Amino acid sequence: MTAESLVFFFLAAFAVTTAVLMILERSPLVSAIYLIANFFALAALYLLLRAQLLAVLQIVVYTGAIMVLVIFVIMLLNLGNEARTRARVDPRTGVTFVLAAGFLAEIVYAVLTRGGAGRPPGAPPESLGTVESMGDALFGKFLLPFEVTSLLLLAAILGAVVLARRRG
Amino acid sequence: MTGAELTGLAVLLPLAGFLLNGLLGAKLRSEALSGIAGSGAVAGSFCVACTCFVQLLGLPPGARTIDVPFFPWIAAGGLHADVAFQVDQLSVVMMLIVTGVGFLIHVYSIGYMHGDPGFARFFAYLNLFIVAMLILILADNFLLMFLGWEGVGLCSYLLIGFWYDRKFEKGTTADAAKKAFVVNRIGDFGFLVGMFLIFVTFGSLRFQTVFSQAAALQVGAPVATLITLALFLGATGKSAQIPLFVWLPDAMAGPTPVSALIHAATMVTAGVYMVARCSVLYALAPASMAVVAVVGAATALMAATIGLVQNDIKKVLAYSTISQLGYMFLALGVGAFSAGIFHVMTHAFFKALLFLGSGAVIHAMHDEQDIRRMGGLRSALPVTFWTFLAGTLAIAGIPPLAGFFSKDEILWNAFARGSWVLWLAGVAGAGLTALYMFRLVALVFTGEPRWEKGTHPHEAPPAMTVPLLVLALLSAIGGFAGLPESLGGSNAFERWLEPVFAPAAEKMALVGFPGAFTEYLLMAVSVAVALAGTFLAYAWYTKRTDVPGALVKKFSGIYRVLLNKYYVDEVYDGTVVRPAVKIADTLLWKGVDVAVIDGIVNGLARAAQGAGDALRRVQTGVARNYILVFLTGAFLLVGWLLVR
Amino acid sequence: MDVPLSYYLCLSAILFAVGAAGVLTRRNVIVVFMCIELMLNAVNLTLVAFSAYLGSIAGQVLVLFVMAVAAAEAAVGLAIVISVYRNRQSVDIDDINILKW
Repeated sequence: MTAESLVFFFLAAFAVTTAVLMILERSPLVSAIYLIANFFALAALYLLLRAQLLAVLQIVVYTGAIMVLVIFVIMLLNLGNEARTRARVDPRTGVTFVLAAGFLAEIVYAVLTRGGAGRPPGAPPESLGTVESMGDALFGKFLLPFEVTSLLLLAAILGAVVLARRRG
Repeated sequence: MTGAELTGLAVLLPLAGFLLNGLLGAKLRSEALSGIAGSGAVAGSFCVACTCFVQLLGLPPGARTIDVPFFPWIAAGGLHADVAFQVDQLSVVMMLIVTGVGFLIHVYSIGYMHGDPGFARFFAYLNLFIVAMLILILADNFLLMFLGWEGVGLCSYLLIGFWYDRKFEKGTTADAAKKAFVVNRIGDFGFLVGMFLIFVTFGSLRFQTVFSQAAALQVGAPVATLITLALFLGATGKSAQIPLFVWLPDAMAGPTPVSALIHAATMVTAGVYMVARCSVLYALAPASMAVVAVVGAATALMAATIGLVQNDIKKVLAYSTISQLGYMFLALGVGAFSAGIFHVMTHAFFKALLFLGSGAVIHAMHDEQDIRRMGGLRSALPVTFWTFLAGTLAIAGIPPLAGFFSKDEILWNAFARGSWVLWLAGVAGAGLTALYMFRLVALVFTGEPRWEKGTHPHEAPPAMTVPLLVLALLSAIGGFAGLPESLGGSNAFERWLEPVFAPAAEKMALVGFPGAFTEYLLMAVSVAVALAGTFLAYAWYTKRTDVPGALVKKFSGIYRVLLNKYYVDEVYDGTVVRPAVKIADTLLWKGVDVAVIDGIVNGLARAAQGAGDALRRVQTGVARNYILVFLTGAFLLVGWLLVR
Repeated sequence: MDVPLSYYLCLSAILFAVGAAGVLTRRNVIVVFMCIELMLNAVNLTLVAFSAYLGSIAGQVLVLFVMAVAAAEAAVGLAIVISVYRNRQSVDIDDINILKW
C-alpha cells in the first residue's frame, strides 16, 4: 500500500460518509455543512489527480461561492427542519433506493468488465493541471467555449436579478 | 420595323386599351376618352394588318410566311411552345377582317352604348376580345392558339352577360353567358384531345412542324381521322354547329354590337379558321371531311328552317349566322378551303351590317325587339333601311353583291367535289335564307306601323350610321375580290390563299371538275332560287299578308316544332344537364366532398385533439415524479448500452 | 499512479447514486438542489480521473465549464426558490404542483 493509496482510501471514505450523512440529515443547514466537507475531500482528490487549478477552483467556486449562496438562502428563508414522519408510507422511497442501487450496480459492472481499469502506460506529468497548462488550453483550443461561457454567466446574472426582484 | 414585327404592337395596343378602360375607365367617366381609346387601339391594329398585307405582297407567292418569335413560353421535356406569331396569307386575311370590321363596330358602339353606366367596361372587354382573337389568328402553334381560343370564350362570356342584372327569357343574361361558356367548354375538350393526339403523334405543337411531318402520313390514316374529328368537335362548339349550336341564340342577350362582332363576324369564325389552318390534316382524313361537310350542310338547312319562324329580330339573325357558318363548313368539308374563308370575309361584312342595322332599329324602337310590333320604319330610318337592304341582298346571294360570289363558290364546289345531295341542301338553305331575310325586311321596314303611337323612332347618330354605310359598301363590292374566272375575273382571293392550302390540295384526290357549262347552270339555279325566295317573301309579307297566317294554321305542328327550335334545348336539358347536376349534387358534393374529404380533414383534427387530450394527463405537476421518471430513464438507457 | 482508474470511477458512481437518492427522497427544495450539486461533482470527479489517466487536458477543461454552468444554475435556481417562497410561503417540493393539466 503506497502513501497515495492510503490517502485515496481515506479521502474516499470521508467523501462517501459526508455524502450519506448529508442526505440523511434533517436540518438543511447541517446538510450544507456536510456537503462543504464533501467538497473539500473532492478538492484533495483533484490534487491527487494532478488537477491543481481545479482543486483550487473547487474550493473557491463551489464551497466559497455556491455553498455560501445556499447557506445565505437557507438563512434568509429561515427554514426549519423537515418533518420527521409522513402521513403514510411513500412507495417512491422504495423505488428510489432500488433505482439508486441498480444504477450503482450498473456503473460498477461497466467499470469492472469493460477495461480501462488497469494501470495506464505511464504516470501523467505533474504539470498536467497547472494554471499554465489550463490557461494554454482555455485560450487556445477551447477559446470559443470559454467566451460563450461568459455570455452564459451574463444571462444567469440577469435571470437571477429579474427573478428575485420584488414586485413593484 | 417591318409589318410582321409590328404584329406585337397590334396585340399590345388593344391590350393597353383594355387596361386603360378597365382600370381607369370608371374613375375618368369620359365616354369620349373611353370610346376614342378603344376604337383608336383597334384602328392601330388595323394599320398594322395593312402593313403586313403590303409586306406580304412584296414577297414571292411561295414564300409568304413570316415567323415572328417573341419569347419562349413553355419548355418542359419534349413540349416546346413559344409565344410566336406566323404571318402568312391566311392569318393576314383574318387579321384584316377582325381589325377592320372590329374597328367599325367599336365606332358604332360609341353611339349605341351612349349613356350606359358600364361604357368604359364595355370597351375594355371589346379590346380584350380583339387581343385574344388576334392571338388566336396569329399564333404559330396550337397551344398559343388555344390560349386565344379560351380568351375569346372568356370575352364572349363577359360580354353576353354585360348587363348582368337584366332578365332574359327564362333566366338572366348571366345564365345565357354561362350557357355559352359551358357549351364551348365541351367543344374545348375536343380541341384539347386533338392537341394531345397531335403532340403524341408529331412530337410538337408548332404548325409548321406538324404540317410538314403530316405530309409523310398516308391518306386515311386513323390517327389523322381521330385528330381531325376531335378538333372539329372544338370547332362545332366555337362556331355553333350541330350539336353545340344551342348557345348562339341565347347569346343574343348581350348588347347588339357584341352580337355583331363576336357572334357574327369574328369569334364564331374561329372554328372555320382552325379547320382551314389544319387543312393538311383534314386532307389526310376523308372521313372527317365528309363529317364536316354533312354537319355543315345539315346545320345550314336546319338553322334556316328555324330562322323562318322566329319573331325576335336578333334571333332571326342568330339562326342566320348558324346557317351561314354551316355553309363555311360545307365548303371546308368538300375541300374548298379558300371558298370557306372567302365566305368568312363576305359574311363578316354583311352579317355585321345586318346586326348593326338591327341595333339601330332596336335603338330607335326603344329596346323593342319583336318584329311583330314593328313595321313601316322605312320612312323613319332611311339610312338604316337602305343599308339593311344591301345586307339582305348580299346574304340572299343576289348578284353582284358579295354574298353571291362566296355562296356560289361554295355551292359549286359542293356539287363538283362533294355530292349533289350536299348541293341540294345548300340550295334549299339559300332559298330559305332569302325567304326569311326578306320576311324580316318586310315585317320591320314596310307595311303599316304596328308599334305604339308614342314611340317616335328616329335615325341613329352618325357614330352608328357611318359604320353601316361602310359595311354596306363592302357588302356590295367585297365579292369582287373572289370573282371567279368563269365570269371574267382572276379569282384573286383563291390565288392569294393557294400556297396555304397547297399541301392539302396535294393530298386530296384530284377531282375532275365538270365543265364551265355546268358552272353557269348551277350559278343560274342558285340565283333563281334566291330570287324565288325574295319574291315569295314579298308576296306573303307585303301583298297577301294573310297567307303566312293560313300556312301557320294548316301546318301548326311543324310550325310549333320550328318555333321551339326542334326542342334541342329541352332534349339537352333532360339528357345531359339534369343528370350532370344530379350527379354533381348527390355523388360528388355530398358523397365525396362532404363525406370523404371533409371527413378526412375533420377526422385528422379530431384525432389530434383526442391524442392531445389523452397525452396531457402526463403533466401531473408533481416535480418529484418527473425526476423519478428521468432517473428511471437514465437507468434503463445505461442498462441498454451495457447489454448491446 | 498506484490507484487504478476503476477505483475513482466506482467512487464517483457511489457519490452519484447517493446524490440521486437524495434528490428523490428529500422534501426541502434547497436540499434537493444540494444533492444535485453532489451529482455534478461526482461527474466532475469522473472527468478529472479520465483526464489524469489519459494524459489529456480536455477533461479538466470540461470540468471547468461544468463548474461555471453549476454556478450559473445555482444563482438562477436559488432566485427561483426565493420567488416561489415569496408566493407560496413554502419550500416543500410536494407543494409546488400547480403546473399540471
